[in-house]
Amino acid sequence: MGQITLKQITKNFGDVQVIPPLDLRIDDGEFVVFVGPSGCGKSTLLRLIAGLEDVTSGAITIDDRDATEVPPAKRGLAMVFQSYALYPHMSVRKNIAFPLRMAGLDKAAQNAKVDAAAKVLNLTDYLDRRPGQLSGGQRQRVAIGRAIVREPDAFLFDEPLSNLDAALRVNMRLEISELHQTLKTTMIYVTHDQVEAMTMADKIVVLQAGVIEQVGSPLELYHTPRNKFVAGFIGSPKMNFLAGEYAAGYGAATIGVRPEHISVSSSEGAWPGKVGVSEHLGSDTFLYVDIDGVDEPITVRSSGEISARHGDNIYLTPDVSKIHRFDNQDLRIA
Amino acid sequence: MATQHSRSAARIMMAPAVVLLLGWMLIPLTMTLYFSFKKYLPLRGGDLGWVGFDNYVRFVSSSAFWPSVQTTLIIVGGVLLITVILGVLLAILLDQPLWGQGIVRILVIAPFFVMPTVSALVWKNMFMDPVNGLFAHLWKFFGAQPVEWLSDAPLFSIIMIVSWQWLPFATLILLTAIQSLDSEQLEASEMDGAPPLSRFGYIILPHLSRAITIVVLIQTIFLLAVFAEIFVTTQGSFGTRTLTYLIFQRVLESQNVGLGSAGGVYAIILANIVAIFLMRIVGKNLDS
Repeated sequence: MGQITLKQITKNFGDVQVIPPLDLRIDDGEFVVFVGPSGCGKSTLLRLIAGLEDVTSGAITIDDRDATEVPPAKRGLAMVFQSYALYPHMSVRKNIAFPLRMAGLDKAAQNAKVDAAAKVLNLTDYLDRRPGQLSGGQRQRVAIGRAIVREPDAFLFDEPLSNLDAALRVNMRLEISELHQTLKTTMIYVTHDQVEAMTMADKIVVLQAGVIEQVGSPLELYHTPRNKFVAGFIGSPKMNFLAGEYAAGYGAATIGVRPEHISVSSSEGAWPGKVGVSEHLGSDTFLYVDIDGVDEPITVRSSGEISARHGDNIYLTPDVSKIHRFDNQDLRIA
Repeated sequence: MATQHSRSAARIMMAPAVVLLLGWMLIPLTMTLYFSFKKYLPLRGGDLGWVGFDNYVRFVSSSAFWPSVQTTLIIVGGVLLITVILGVLLAILLDQPLWGQGIVRILVIAPFFVMPTVSALVWKNMFMDPVNGLFAHLWKFFGAQPVEWLSDAPLFSIIMIVSWQWLPFATLILLTAIQSLDSEQLEASEMDGAPPLSRFGYIILPHLSRAITIVVLIQTIFLLAVFAEIFVTTQGSFGTRTLTYLIFQRVLESQNVGLGSAGGVYAIILANIVAIFLMRIVGKNLDS
């Protein structure tokens, strides 16, 4: 079981309140991703749940037991750190077995569990190596192995993929999602990368300055962002925002249109503009189009075959049904 | 250092330093070797010619030789033990956030800046003096008979003085090592259920092993040559005559340069044996 509830949690560092009163409920077996720009308090929140930081006020309950004052080791949670935090002087086997050794398990039971975890994570051939002799992805798997053997109620991941290169990151992302499907254990995952959040999460928690902006499934956040911040943060490339007369026509202070909801034409359309940089990815082409009265260039996703060049005149037409409208408080107008 | 030209330029520029260093080492070494094969008594006839290995045999067969080797090893071992153990503890303590950290650190490091002669005199006169020393007053306060440190526990006294001087060095090196420990490792072990003592044993101590190796190696080299502390306290009496002190006595008190030089050569050999020995035991740590 791994059901975690945060009730009116706050955290102060000195005089600075990094997390104002916050409520959150994480259900058993859920894959929850905390996402937000750096410094938004997502890691702090994770460390509060882990028990590595004390809450200033409020209560944490894990499986209906009050865990606010429980030391980290007794909370039944396992954590995977950004730096992996492997013990460099121990072999992979000893690293994975460390929590079992601390729990006082006998050697045979330790080995059985380590071997089982190593098999799941493809580490069997590396058990006698030191962490220093492993690649980044392998180290990451050792760190996950060390978490798995404890059979925790929930896994906590603190930006575990940020030290890996892009290709490996995609792989590990899949592996972690796969692992969640097999183990069906609650996982809480912190990242600043919205792609990771969108691809892995059952539930995304978007944070800004310690405040939860919105909680929901990836598609909920994509289709109905509660405010301008969430709208801009979720989705890649990010949503275009237009204010002033462009928005006034729709009865809003600001309107947002995602790059994939704009069609381009060389002859006619709603918004005339000039093509700036175009990024050809093969499958797609991202055009950055300057239009009158808007400071930031508008990002447009179009097909890979488009042959727009720098300085070309172009017409953009937003898909009216996909336009997001925001009032002057930056809140979404339904 | 890519081109031929820059390589030869580098050689020329390094040459003065290399020549100076070689001269610095080679001239005294050759002179020691030279004198060790001579009967040379400056006040009793001067240079009395070559004597082969006579000096070497006499130095070793002297009844003072083996005790002095033993004394040397006891002092080195004792100081290493005290400085490493206390150094680790102090380093952990100084790593904790505490009020007035900067000043405390400077205070801890201060003894290292005191000259050996001065610190030995301070200890001898202000702490260990059986009449007016701080320890004597302390003992008297509790109604005990003051200890005559330098005659009753001479080796221990010297080990204490030397340890006091070298503790800052050990602490400093170990403190920097502790500060380089990734805090996530400690947090990970905390989450893995390791209590504080296990965290020390399984995480901190292994992390420090390299720094401890360095402390042991460097201190051993310097401790083998401890001299001033003995000179100003016991003058080599009460079983505090180390090999270095014995050589000093042979050369200056007995005015026998040849015999002393032979002792010097033995000291070089001893130092090298200890160094090789240490490299073998602990040097492995430096590779990994």
